[in-house]
Order: sequence, then structure tokens, then C-alpha cells
Amino acid sequence: MTENLLTVTGLSAVSDREGGMPVLRDVGLTLKNGGVRGLVGESGAGKSTIAKAILGILPRTVRITGGWINFKGRDLLSMKPQELRSIMGSEIALIPQDPQTALNPARRIGAQLADGLKLKRDMSARTAEAHALQLLADVQIRDPDRVMKSFPHQLSGGMRQRVLIAAAFAVEPELVIADEPTTALDVTVQKEILRLIRHMQSARGTGVLFVTHDLGIVAQICDSVTLLYAGKVIEEGPVRNVLENPNHAYTKALIAAGPRYDRPDAGLEPVPEAVFRELRQEIGIS
Amino acid sequence: MDQNLLVATGIKVTYGKHAGLFGSKPSTPVLHGVDIRIGRGQTVGIVGESGSGKTTLGRALLRLVDVSAGKIAFDGRDITHIPETEMRPLRRRMQMIFQDPMASLNPRHTIRRILTGPLLLHGLAGDAATALEQVKSVLDRVSLPAACLERYPHELSGGQRQRIGIARAVLMQPDFVLADEIVSGLDVSTQAQALRLLKSLSRELGLAMAFISHDLSVIRAVCDYVYVMRLGKVVEEGPCEQVFASPSAAYTRALLDAIPLPEYDPGWLERRTET
Repeated sequence: MTENLLTVTGLSAVSDREGGMPVLRDVGLTLKNGGVRGLVGESGAGKSTIAKAILGILPRTVRITGGWINFKGRDLLSMKPQELRSIMGSEIALIPQDPQTALNPARRIGAQLADGLKLKRDMSARTAEAHALQLLADVQIRDPDRVMKSFPHQLSGGMRQRVLIAAAFAVEPELVIADEPTTALDVTVQKEILRLIRHMQSARGTGVLFVTHDLGIVAQICDSVTLLYAGKVIEEGPVRNVLENPNHAYTKALIAAGPRYDRPDAGLEPVPEAVFRELRQEIGIS
Repeated sequence: MDQNLLVATGIKVTYGKHAGLFGSKPSTPVLHGVDIRIGRGQTVGIVGESGSGKTTLGRALLRLVDVSAGKIAFDGRDITHIPETEMRPLRRRMQMIFQDPMASLNPRHTIRRILTGPLLLHGLAGDAATALEQVKSVLDRVSLPAACLERYPHELSGGQRQRIGIARAVLMQPDFVLADEIVSGLDVSTQAQALRLLKSLSRELGLAMAFISHDLSVIRAVCDYVYVMRLGKVVEEGPCEQVFASPSAAYTRALLDAIPLPEYDPGWLERRTET
């Protein structure tokens, strides 16, 4: 029995659309049972690609060329489609980025939540409805009865994101993948959503892989972090270590490049060209 | 000379007042009497969450939306209701940098045409050769290679496109630039580049700038003075040092407390600020 919920080993992938360019380079990472790991990097770093590879929803143009994704002792990459279907949406769930497009605009919230429960947890229509109502209360929606009957467009962005968090945790998954779930939200709402995700996962002991480009978010909600650049793991470790004693010059420069409201001179130092050059040399890209 | 370049007082804007075939639609007030002053050479931040009216305020300042009440004065002149023909010569002096450079650059024009066109149109360059010279020197200033000239917008990266947007605005030798959420789509390292460029350009050229953003950290990096907006009103204003060190409005405090900083701070997540 391993204490790791998820172990990714040597994961490599190429993009056929970009002439076989590597998009993941020998990526390794682990997630403990009940842990929250941040997957962070700038655009093109491969953070979403890893999330998609785990969920088995990579676009056709991205091809995995090697590696393993071990979930609870079994390799997801060598599983048959029907085995994967029984895991995805029940043992592994997703909180998507855009609460606007992730919900069906033509169906009421209650019905959408109940669908998942009927399909993945074999509930009767009546039990599913009662359970959906409870879930909405769990995600601190004040007026769950009204929200059950609402269509997505009648809810605010923050509300919709709460509904999607409810949907993800509804199936009592062991792993939740949160793909930039707060980028579309105002900062005060973002904080509420981060707090909610943290509460939901710690109450249930769910492991969370949190994809984000924001080191601030990583600092406040994750316990470990993996930093990527061009599909390669650059730095990895407990959040506090990585932020306070980064090993890599890139990590250091990235932390320094972010603006901060408590420091007037922050946010004006781009990552130096020399750091990028060194990085590319290290990774072996021209 | 008046220290203030742009002064807006009691600005009210209402959207959606249309008398249509099927009756008139109810109107939605978005700005409820906003006062704002932008000094010559000053960079003023306008911050707020969605629905605060910050974008509408910016548009009202440039006369891109009609105000239902209030007065806008540019360089001592009341421009609130002057006709578009009189507005046009002022447009060169009031430039705008857009949030999404892809949507604001004509995809079928080369960068050369995008940048030289307005120079010729406004008579800032007598002929194409002079225009090109000016464009080349500005491109160099925003750290873009001259090779960009023959490219189309889609061939550039997001950060490069944003710098084209900046170049296009400063080429007009404006007195005032409105920058609406211009770094929100950029990665942190590219963002720092754009912010730094904007800051040094405004210093060098003595530009007055209204910098609209939802991100107080970004405002802190580039602005001298800040207006905090909520639901169509200014809830706090002041020099950045003052507002960021000791905000007087509870709402400003709440906005600041909601920003996650990249440092170890157990307890941040559970800390709640009442607004």
C-alpha cells in the first residue's frame, strides 16, 4: 500500500500539430492522499497538458510517447476505455476553468447535478435530487432551493463555480483536478472559492491537483508545488521551501517578476533573458 | 497652466435607454456621479471588480460613451457635448491601448500599415518615408525588431502584440493615454516587461495616463494615484503610498486582503474582511 494517490513517472508527450515538438519532457510528480499540489507555470509550460493526460482528454494532436500515470496502483495510460470511464467522473473529478461553458445552458442546475449522481452513484431520481440539494448547501449556497431550479445564466460567475465544485465533489472522488478554477472570477470571489475548495478537500481527505499560473494562489492553498517550463519540471517541493529557498534561478526570477500591492517596486523586473537562455540550454531546446 | 489635463465632474452614465418598437427598455445606471482628475504627466489607476464601472468611466473620459450628466474638461476645454468634428483633432491627443491587442489590430494589415497609417492620417508625417522613420524609432523603443514591420498581427506573440498597441498609441504623440486592462492576458514575465515599458514611456514623454485594472498589485507597480471604484461610485482615492499603506475604505481593505501573495502565510485563507 502506497501513500501516494497519484504518481506520474517519466511522462513525455509531443505535439503533432507543431511538428512533433515535445510538450512534456520526462515529467515526474506525486500527490499524497489528501494532499494539495500546485501545478504552476507560464503559458505553454505544460501544466494543463498534464491535467488532461491524467483525465484522458488530451487533444488528438498531442501524443504521449512515454511514461506512466499511476493512480492508486494502476497505470491510467494502459487502461481500457471502459475501465477509464468507470474511474473518470467517479474516482477522479474535474473543476473546470470556465464556469460559463462547463454547464449546459438549457438545463436547470438541479437536473444537471442529479444526472451525475444517477449515472455515477446509481441513485434514484428522488435520492439524487435530495443529495444535490445537500451538496449545494455544502458549497455554501444560501438559497439552494432556488439555485436547484435556476438555469446557469441566472447565476453569477462565483455561484456557477460553486455549483461546479459541488458537482466535482458530488461523486466523492479521491482525486480532484482543479484547472485554473478562479481565473474568470473577481479577487474577493476568488478567495471564497479557494477557501471552499480547501474546506471541501480537507473535510473529505480528497487529493487535489491545482493547475494555476499564480504563485500567490499556490502559496495560499497548496502544500506542495511543481513548477514547469516548456514541459519540463524545473522545481518541486513543499510550497514553503520552494517560495523561500528556490533552487532554480528561474523560480527566483518568476517570484520577483510578479507585482505586489505591498511593494511599490515589485512587478517591474521581467525574468532576465539570461535566465531563459540558461533554462533552454538545460532543457536542450534552441 | 492648469496642472490638471483631464477633469471629469459628476459623471453619470446610463446604459440601455432605448425607445424601441416594443416599448422602451428599462435603463441601467452604471456611473452615479464620479469625479476624477488626471494631472499632466500623472499615471492614475482606476481599480474595481466587475460591474464597478471602471471601463465605462474610461470610455466616458474619451467621449466613447455619452454621459447623461456631468462635465468632462480636457486641457481646460469643456468637451462634454462638443460635436464629433470638433472632437476629432483632440482624438490624436487622447489615445487608447486596448485589452485584447488581437481584437484591436486589423488582422489583414501588416504592422507597417497599422503603424504608419494613423501618422499619415493625422498629418504627423508628410510622406510614407518619414512615417516609416518614426515607426522604426518607436519600434526600437518598445524593443521590437524592425522585421516585425512586414508581419501580420497573428504572427506575433501576445506580449509583442501588446507592445504594438503601446507603440501605436505613443506614435500619435498624445498627451493622454487610456490603458484598459492591458496586461491581464499576459504571463507574469511578459507583464513585467509591458509595465516597465509603460512606466518609462510615460516618464520620458510626460504622458498622463489612466490605467484601468482589476488588479491592485499591477496598479501599485505603475501608478502615482489611485481611484477605487465599486458599483459605479468612487469609494476611495488618494496617492498610492497612502491608499496601499493605510486604506480608509473597508472595501479597499477587503480587495487588498483578497489578493494572495506568493509567501507563506498560514491563516490567510481563513481571514475574512467585512465590507
